[in-house]
Amino acid sequence: MRARGGGARTVRVAGAGGFWGDDLEAPVRQVEEGPIDYLVMDYLAEVTMSILHKQRARDPRAGYARDFVALMERVLPACLERGVRVVANAGGVNPGGCAGEVALAARRAGVGGRLRLGVVTGDDLMPRLDELLAGGHELRNMETGEPLTSIRDRVTGANVYLGAFPIAEALGRGADVVVTGRCVDAALTLGPLLHEFGWAADDHDRLAAGVVAGHVNECGAQCTGGNAMAEWWSIPDLDRVGFPIIEAEPSGDFVVTKHEESGGRVSPATVTEQIVYEIGDPAAYPTPDVVADFTAVRLSGAGKDRVRVTGARGRPPTGWLKASIVYSGGWRAVGTLVYAWPDAAAKARAAARVLRARLDRLGLRFDEMRADLVGWDSTHGALAGPPPPDQPEVQLRVAVRGGERAAVERFTREIAPLVLTGPPSVTGFGEGRPRVREVAAFWPALVPREAVDPFVRVETREA
Amino acid sequence: MAAVKLVELAHARSGDKGDVVNIGVVAYEPEHYPLLAETLTAGRVQEHFGDMVKGKVVRYELPNLHALNFVLPRALGGGGTVSLMMDAQGKVFSTALLRMDVEVPDEIAGRVRGRGREPPYPCTDETSS
Repeated sequence: MRARGGGARTVRVAGAGGFWGDDLEAPVRQVEEGPIDYLVMDYLAEVTMSILHKQRARDPRAGYARDFVALMERVLPACLERGVRVVANAGGVNPGGCAGEVALAARRAGVGGRLRLGVVTGDDLMPRLDELLAGGHELRNMETGEPLTSIRDRVTGANVYLGAFPIAEALGRGADVVVTGRCVDAALTLGPLLHEFGWAADDHDRLAAGVVAGHVNECGAQCTGGNAMAEWWSIPDLDRVGFPIIEAEPSGDFVVTKHEESGGRVSPATVTEQIVYEIGDPAAYPTPDVVADFTAVRLSGAGKDRVRVTGARGRPPTGWLKASIVYSGGWRAVGTLVYAWPDAAAKARAAARVLRARLDRLGLRFDEMRADLVGWDSTHGALAGPPPPDQPEVQLRVAVRGGERAAVERFTREIAPLVLTGPPSVTGFGEGRPRVREVAAFWPALVPREAVDPFVRVETREA
Repeated sequence: MAAVKLVELAHARSGDKGDVVNIGVVAYEPEHYPLLAETLTAGRVQEHFGDMVKGKVVRYELPNLHALNFVLPRALGGGGTVSLMMDAQGKVFSTALLRMDVEVPDEIAGRVRGRGREPPYPCTDETSS
């Protein structure tokens, strides 16, 4: 157990998931394989939010990460026993509904009477969208500069990224489990540190250190050897890769490590790859709580699978919060077929031409259509160079997107016929017709902080 | 001077924010960072990617981590679920950049040759079992 009540102490925040769909066993391993103080999980990629919005539209009780509820049923008894507290943005677009289900899961696990549950809400801007627009906030697209009015009638959800203080508040009020909706990923780690160390809102360097810790922690095993490029072949035992544990100190300095017997690797190389992941200007990484300067950070080896991170600097946050607005962008489908030697690429290209001509003759119109050859240039484009000589096989991948569902639907019925009516030596159609999916488009916008205030509701309740 | 591939000098990770890709490039050897900082200009990266990147490439420096961060706007065909690209989230733009040829002193070329690839290098055949 950690020492409480002053003095030098470290707090161990275990990252146990980088997206909804990450290793289901990771949180269990984090709890079972060694001592930790907090278990934190990030479930909300932008694409995930769009799925959750759709689910809630169909069923008002849905709209959260259901896997989290099953996980809590599994690990809550051990967490409560060992004093491990859980923070997750599993609430998605329905944190209250998620918390209700966690309460039921706790009861099923036999710990219902002992669980204190915190819920952070207030990120949902949808009910206030028209009020904001009427108030003169144009919610212009941060990438294109267009005002939101151009797509207002197609908006299906709008959430603002909250910071770490509401999480700290829920912990301060005794929550064993904190369920949030949309918040910045780093807040899941920063929140517990704010609570444990009592860092003030204007203690910008320490807040920035917590953001760096959260950024390292937020993608699960991506900082412990997963998806790590440096000498990837030498990283041991990825089948039981250890997820990150942040050992944070009151000063803001922290060590990145993992459970001793787990697989993977924590080295300056694996941690640096994660620090530079999905950032813009590293000297100004904006969050609701602080603008963090990653360029001041220093890494040093601190033993096997231990990297010490020091030196983060911070500045006051801006007056703006980022909102992610989801709107319907039409329909899409992707169809694939595999062509074999000889002339694999030439056959695949010929098939794509045949398909295009048929779709044209049917009078189908799409906003975009593209054909790629997987196995040659579908990821590196022209940089892949000429097709490999005498290529053994290639996968033709044809994708379309358009505003009319019927046209995209018809496209999905034009792939299989190519097997008997197009170029030869083709296979790989066994998965059936491609699925038509709705396109959830994103509209990043800035919202003035004061226009969202008060945007947080925290409740801690006995389950 | 001799040409090596960037993959022999650095490792990298890339990801997305909407229609924007970022690529963090990290020198294997801290002493090679100045060489990378001098060679890997935003213009050079822009030229490398050509039509794959429609916006203007911006470069940021992280000398403490001997890393450079490149931001590539309008590179993902709209990004997210709008994009029809195979790599709609820019996950392997990193290795596309590491294909770049970099001129280095002969002495460095001799030391880094083959780095960044699974040994034994060079691979005899991509498709061998």
